[in-house]
Amino acid sequence: MQPIIEIAKLSKIYKDAETYALNDFSLSIYEGQIFGLLGPNGAGKTTLISMLCGLIKPTSGNFTIDGFTYAQNATHIKEIIGVVPQEYALYPTMTARENLMYFGSMYGLKGKDLKQKVIENLEFLGLTKFADKRTETFSGGMKRRVNLIAGIMHKPKVLFLDEPTVGVDVHSRNVIIEYLKELNTNGTTIIYTSHHLSEAQDFCTDIAIVDRGILYAHATPSELIVNTKNARNLEDVFIELTGKELRDVL
Amino acid sequence: MFYKLLMSVNKEFLLLRRDLGGVIILFIMPLILIFVVTLIQDSTFKSVNNSKIPILLVNKDNGTVSDEVYKNLDSSEVFTVISKIDGQPLTEDVAREAVFKGKYQLAIVIPENLSSDLQAKIDQNVNKIMTSLGMGDSVVTTPKVIHQKEVRLYFDPAVQISFKNAVTSSMDKMISQIETKSIYAAFKEQLGDTDTGFDQKSFLTFKEMMPKVGNREIKPNSVQHNVPAWTLFAIFFIVIPLSINIVKEKNQGTFIRLRTNPTSNVILMAGKTITYLIICMIQFYMMVASAVFLFPRLGLPALNVEGNMILMSTVALFSGFAAIGFGILLGTVAKTQEQSAPFGATSAIILAAIGGVWVPVFAMPEMMQAIAKSSPMNWGLNAFYDVLLRNGTIVSILPEICLLFLFFLINITSALLYDKKKRSV
Repeated sequence: MQPIIEIAKLSKIYKDAETYALNDFSLSIYEGQIFGLLGPNGAGKTTLISMLCGLIKPTSGNFTIDGFTYAQNATHIKEIIGVVPQEYALYPTMTARENLMYFGSMYGLKGKDLKQKVIENLEFLGLTKFADKRTETFSGGMKRRVNLIAGIMHKPKVLFLDEPTVGVDVHSRNVIIEYLKELNTNGTTIIYTSHHLSEAQDFCTDIAIVDRGILYAHATPSELIVNTKNARNLEDVFIELTGKELRDVL
Repeated sequence: MFYKLLMSVNKEFLLLRRDLGGVIILFIMPLILIFVVTLIQDSTFKSVNNSKIPILLVNKDNGTVSDEVYKNLDSSEVFTVISKIDGQPLTEDVAREAVFKGKYQLAIVIPENLSSDLQAKIDQNVNKIMTSLGMGDSVVTTPKVIHQKEVRLYFDPAVQISFKNAVTSSMDKMISQIETKSIYAAFKEQLGDTDTGFDQKSFLTFKEMMPKVGNREIKPNSVQHNVPAWTLFAIFFIVIPLSINIVKEKNQGTFIRLRTNPTSNVILMAGKTITYLIICMIQFYMMVASAVFLFPRLGLPALNVEGNMILMSTVALFSGFAAIGFGILLGTVAKTQEQSAPFGATSAIILAAIGGVWVPVFAMPEMMQAIAKSSPMNWGLNAFYDVLLRNGTIVSILPEICLLFLFFLINITSALLYDKKKRSV
């Protein structure tokens, strides 16, 4: 099977930095996977996702998405990817509906189709009665759900999620995870970063553990647990591979 | 593509509508600005409220010349002459102190014996001429030495050079007139005080010729000057909210979304340009409407826009383009609102200053005149003056509006290139 994302020897060193944020990183992600990128703070997860989304340029190496590089066909890549950033990527003074109508239209949706998609998604994520309220008045969990809808309304082939459940309550998290699973069932490949290791263990089909810009391990959650000595869960694997040292990054 | 553009414009308007304070600032502040500045500038030339500038006159002469000076100053519409403070006649020391401390803006000191010495000097000169013509006294006397007299002017150090220049030039003219009058009187006396047929009226006069539309003269007034100037200034202040809007977007996650979706940055910029152009035009029409309908109620002349609205709108539109281009570039380059807002405000003021909004370009030093030609506000101002004061046509404003649009294109292209450089792929 042809991978939907093929990363080959990708490296990134930021200006004035002493070490690589990502170093000689290679990985293949296949269609239909829910791929978890796990690692401590400063491991290089967000750098990798930012490069794959076209937000920052690699220092060396390359990657393809759906067989294309950004230089070859940036428009195609941008049409088939969806991005849900860690920040609330919403206009606070606009309502949930206005935000979604706007971002949906930027992905080429329009007219009745756009309106319908906004209504359906708001309903699915339990936000219908708040559709016409400004997002600045929303709780963290509500903002996360609107943030998610804005990235998936156009039914992307590949969805990048940077910590989509950070700072939300259990109920919102469950709704979000269920929604993502349904998306995946309908054919969306998901690339996801998180610090919730138990969530990742349940949610992901494949996991890569990254630290200091290097790929430490890549397998299914159960394979990772089985192959790590004395590991009972993904957290044990994570600690075993990345150590107990605190990771404070600037 | 059109739908994306439409949605971008809609989004910009939604953001503006939800920021009521910002909207008020955008529309009300320029109106306040134009009212205040026009009222102030108009009263500089004309006493709208009959308010005159009080000046001190120290009269050491107490003769015909000082009486004449007093009469001329007091009858002017500009000054109120004060020659006593607390019932005491003014001395030079008291006047100097009062002026240098800023209590008064001007003191005029008429020297002692000015009238008698002037008369004596003129008599001597006239006598000499008459003698050389064989018509003077046959008795030769040694002329008395009369020293030159000095009328002293004390100015408050804070007054502007233009005020100083205007006063000194008026004083010079007044003294020359008094001298001439005295010379004529001396000749008249020497010739026997009969009807000499001297015509004392000035032979040379001047008349200001105005541009005409048909048979009607276009008379410039402070409103015709101020409204275009301050309208342009207000239009350029759009740089601040626009650049803040872009910086905010960059610092919010929304920018990540906008960068990762398949919409060209050109569409996003076009959305902002259209929205803010509409705002510029609303600002412009509000200011013009105020100048036409509200100014007369405040005792100011009404702005005459008869037959000029289309050309004026064209100039406003292209000035809006220039301001928006600059705002987009600033917003793209600035990293924080703390960078963009003060820079935007300061640069609007600098562009206004070098563009001739405050001081006419012709009155600037040569180097500044050259710099002024590079200010978009100067191009806009010239185009407005062409339309309002020089009876210009579309052909006469074409160079200026082309420059304004070129300025917009250069700024937008620079912003797009900068953004592309910052974007990775």
